[in-house]
Amino acid sequence: MTEPETPTPEKIKRFSVDNYAYPSAPRLGVRGWLRWGWRQVTSMRLALVLLLLVGLAAIPGSLLPQWPQDAAKTQSFLDNNPGIGPWLDRAGLLDVFGSAWFTSIYVLLFLSLIGCIVPRAIVHGKAAMVPVSSAPRSLARYDGRLEATSPLSTDDAVAALRTWAKGRPVWGWLTGYRVRVDERTAGHGKSRNGTPQVAVALEQGSLREWGNLLFHASLVGLLCALAFGSAYTYRGQAVIVEGQTFTNAAVDYDSFEAGRLFDAAWLKPFTLTLDQFDPVFDLTGRPVSFTAHVTYTDPGEAAEVATIRVNHPLEIDGGKIYLQGNGYAPVLTVRDSDGNIAFSGSTPFLPQDANYTSTGVVKIPDVTSGPQIGLVATLYPTAAQASDGTVSSVNPQSINPVMLLTAYEGDLGLDTGIPQNVYQLDETDLAQVLGDDGNPLVIDIAPGQTVTLPDGLGTVTWDSLPRFVALDLRADPSLPWVLGTSLAMLFGVAVSLFAPRRRLWLLLTPAEHGVVRDGDAQGGLTLIEAAALAPPHDEAAARALASALAVSSGLPVPRPTARQEES
Amino acid sequence: MTITDLSVMTLWTAATLYAIAMVAYSVRLARVADAKLTAKNAALMTVGAGAGAASVETGEAEGADASADAEAAVADTAATPVAKPGAKAQGIGRSTMLVGLMLHIVGVVTRAIDAGHAPWSSMYEFTITGAMVAVMVFLIVQRRRDITYIAPAVAGFVAFAVVSALRVWYRDAVGLQPALDSYWLVIHVPIAIIASGIFGVSGAASVLQVMRIDRDSELKKRRRGMGWLNLPHRAVKSSAARWLEAVPVPQVLESLTFRLNAVAFVLWTFTVISGAMWAEHAWGRYWGWDPKEVWSFVIWILYAAYLHARTTQGWAGRRAAWLAIWGLIAIVLNFTLINLYVQGLHAYAGVS
Repeated sequence: MTEPETPTPEKIKRFSVDNYAYPSAPRLGVRGWLRWGWRQVTSMRLALVLLLLVGLAAIPGSLLPQWPQDAAKTQSFLDNNPGIGPWLDRAGLLDVFGSAWFTSIYVLLFLSLIGCIVPRAIVHGKAAMVPVSSAPRSLARYDGRLEATSPLSTDDAVAALRTWAKGRPVWGWLTGYRVRVDERTAGHGKSRNGTPQVAVALEQGSLREWGNLLFHASLVGLLCALAFGSAYTYRGQAVIVEGQTFTNAAVDYDSFEAGRLFDAAWLKPFTLTLDQFDPVFDLTGRPVSFTAHVTYTDPGEAAEVATIRVNHPLEIDGGKIYLQGNGYAPVLTVRDSDGNIAFSGSTPFLPQDANYTSTGVVKIPDVTSGPQIGLVATLYPTAAQASDGTVSSVNPQSINPVMLLTAYEGDLGLDTGIPQNVYQLDETDLAQVLGDDGNPLVIDIAPGQTVTLPDGLGTVTWDSLPRFVALDLRADPSLPWVLGTSLAMLFGVAVSLFAPRRRLWLLLTPAEHGVVRDGDAQGGLTLIEAAALAPPHDEAAARALASALAVSSGLPVPRPTARQEES
Repeated sequence: MTITDLSVMTLWTAATLYAIAMVAYSVRLARVADAKLTAKNAALMTVGAGAGAASVETGEAEGADASADAEAAVADTAATPVAKPGAKAQGIGRSTMLVGLMLHIVGVVTRAIDAGHAPWSSMYEFTITGAMVAVMVFLIVQRRRDITYIAPAVAGFVAFAVVSALRVWYRDAVGLQPALDSYWLVIHVPIAIIASGIFGVSGAASVLQVMRIDRDSELKKRRRGMGWLNLPHRAVKSSAARWLEAVPVPQVLESLTFRLNAVAFVLWTFTVISGAMWAEHAWGRYWGWDPKEVWSFVIWILYAAYLHARTTQGWAGRRAAWLAIWGLIAIVLNFTLINLYVQGLHAYAGVS
C-alpha cells in the first residue's frame, strides 16, 4: 500500500465511513484483508464465541436421539414424528457430532486456537531468551513494600538470595526464579546521590505460560489423536452361545464397523470359545456379577483360559474384548412332516426386561416337504402364572423355564437375497397356524418336551437352555496418544492456573553508605527494600516476598500461615 | 435402631441444623449491612463536619470486615464500645453448621456401611455426599479467608439438597450393579463430587458478584417500552437488598471465584478424563457422546469460556460471572434433568 500523500484527518474519517467513494483513500488490499481476516479469526473474542457455540451446539446431541448412538431409537423417533423428524435429520440434528456445522465450528475453533498459540509460543520463546529486566529505581509506589536491615553484607545477601531463588532440587527448574543482579547507584533523576546499590530482580512466571501453551498444544494433539483413532479403529459385535467358538474374521461378526483406513486383513484369526457363562443374581433378582469363562487361542499357540467380566475386558494383542450383554439361547430341534431333522441348534433370544423375559424367532427353511416353518417364541426363565392367566417371569434365573410358541407356515422370504433381521419374521408370505378354536395357536413347552405342530407340520423339541454372551471386540491404536495428550492437557491446565507469575525486587544498600533510620542499623550491614509485582489473585506473592526478605537477612524462611482475607 | 434409621435420622438432624445456620447467617448478614450503612451515613455526616474522610474511603473500597473497622471508627468517635455486628448470630451459625457437618458425616458414613460400598452410587447417595462436600469446601475456604457472606446461600442450598435427597431420592441401600463395580467408582465419582461442591460454592459467590455489580451500577436508560427488563436491577438496588452492602466489592468476589473455579476446573478436567478411561474399560469406548458425556463436555466448555472471558476485554467481570453461573446451572441440569429424563448409559443412577 503506497500513499501518495498524507491523508488529512477529514479524509481518514470519511474513509472509515465509505471506502468506495474515495479512491484516493488507502485500501486494505488482498494482503491487508487476509491480515484483517486472520486477526479476526485469532481474536480472543471470536475464540470465546466459538467456544460457547461448540457448547451450545452439543446440547441437541443429548436431547434428540442420535444415529450413531442409538439407530433404532432414532428410526422410531423419525417414524413417530413424520412432520418435523426428516427436517431435523436433514439439519444434522440427529447426528450432531458428525454434522457439517458442528465440524465447521470446532475446526474454526481449532484454527483460532492455533492462530493464538503459535505467535504466543514464539513470543514466549523469545522472551525466555531475553534477560530479566532490572529492578525499578524506586519501589515507593508498590503496595506491600517491605524494609529490613540485614546483618549480611550485600554480597552474602545476594548469594543467599540466589540459592533461595533456585528452589528445591529437581523442582527448581519448574518453580525457581530467574535472577538478575545490577550493581548501580541508588535513586533516580535528581535524587541520584551516588550511593552504590545492588538491585536484585527475581522473576517467576515463565512456567505459567509454558503450562498454558502445553494445554493448548495438547488439545490440538488430542484432536489429531482422535482423527487418527477414528481412521484406524474397528469394532465388532459377536454373539456366542455357551460351547460355541468365534473366529476373528469380519464375516464372523454380527456387526462390524471400521475406520476408513482400516484393512480387514489386519484382523488376527484367533478363536474364542465360550466355555461357560456365570451370572450371579441376589435373592431379589438384582444382578451382582457376570463372568464369561472363555478359551482364547492365538493361531499356532497354546489355548489360554481367561475370564471376561463387566469392567474387566480381556486384553488381547492389539485389542480388547468386552462383555456387553447376555441372555438365553434355547436349543430347539424341529422335525418336519417326514420326521427329518429340519433344524437343530441354539437361537439367541433378546431379553426384554430385568427378569429376562426373552423373545426370539426360529426360521426353518430347510424342510424336505411341506411349507417352511417360522416360530416366534417368548421365553420365561422363571414362569409364574397370575390369577388372570397371564404368564410372566419373576426371576432372571432359569428356575422354571417355559416357552410360549406361535408357529407360522408358508414362505419365509429368505430366497429373495435381501438380508433379513434374525430377530423378526417377515410375515408377507406366511400364515399363522391356528388352533381348533380358530384363534392363533399358542403352544407351551418346557425343556425336554416335544410338542407336535398341527396341520402335520412336524414336531418341536426343546433340548436345553444354554446362555449366550454378546461381546464387543475393539482395537484402537490411538489409545496411548489419546491418553498421553489428555494427561498433558491436565498437567498443562493445572500449571497454567496454579503456577505463579510474579516479580520480586530487592534493593540492597550497604549500611555505611545508606541512611541509618532511627538508629536501628546496629549490626546491620545492609539496608534492604523489597517489593513484589503480581496479579491480585496471587496471594502467595506477599509471602514469597517476606521469604526473600528473610533469606537476604540471613533468617530462616518463615512458615506459611493462614491469613484472613481483607474483604 | 438399625443403621439405616441412624443414617436417616442424623441426616434429618443435619438438614435442620443447616436450616438454622442459614437463618442465623442471614441475620448476621443483615446486621453487618445495617451497621455498615449506619457507619457510612455517620461518616458522611462527619465529613460534613470536616473529618473522617478516610473512613468513607475504606467503606467504599472494601467489604464486610472493613465495615467493622468503619463501625469501630464511628464507635470511637462516639466513645461507646460496640461489639462486632452480628457476632452472636455468626456464632450460632458457625456452631450449628459445624455440628450439622458432624452429623452429616455420620449420616453419610453409616449409609456407606449400610450399603457396603462407597456412598455415591445412586442419586440419593450422590446428593448427600455432594452436599457434605459443599459444606466442607465452605468451611475449609472459611479458614483461609472470611467468606461468611456466602454462608446463608451455602447453608440454605445444602439444607434444601439434603431434604430433597431424603424426601425425593431416597432408596434403600443395595449392592453395587456390575457396571459400577470398579475401582474407577472410587476415583471418578468423588472427584466429580468435589468439583461440583467447589463449583457450587463459587457459583454462589458469582451470583453475589453479579448482584453486587448491579447494585453499584446505574440503572440502564429507558429501554423503549421494555422497562420491565430493569426489574431485577431495581430489585437489587432496592432497600430490601441492602444486605448486599455486607458483601465484598466485586473485585474481591472475582478473585475468590477465580481461585475456586480454577481448582474445580482442573478437577473437572480430571473427572472427564477419568470418566473416559472408565468408559473405555466398561463400555469399550472412551467417548461416545452419551448424554452425560455431552453435558460434562458442555460444563467443561462453559468454565473454559469463563477462564478465558475474565481476561478478555468486554467480557471480564459481569459477563464472565454469568458464564460461571451458567456453568453451575449446567451442572445442576446434568444432575437432575439428564439423570431423570434422558436415557443414557449413566441411567443407572438409581432413580427407578
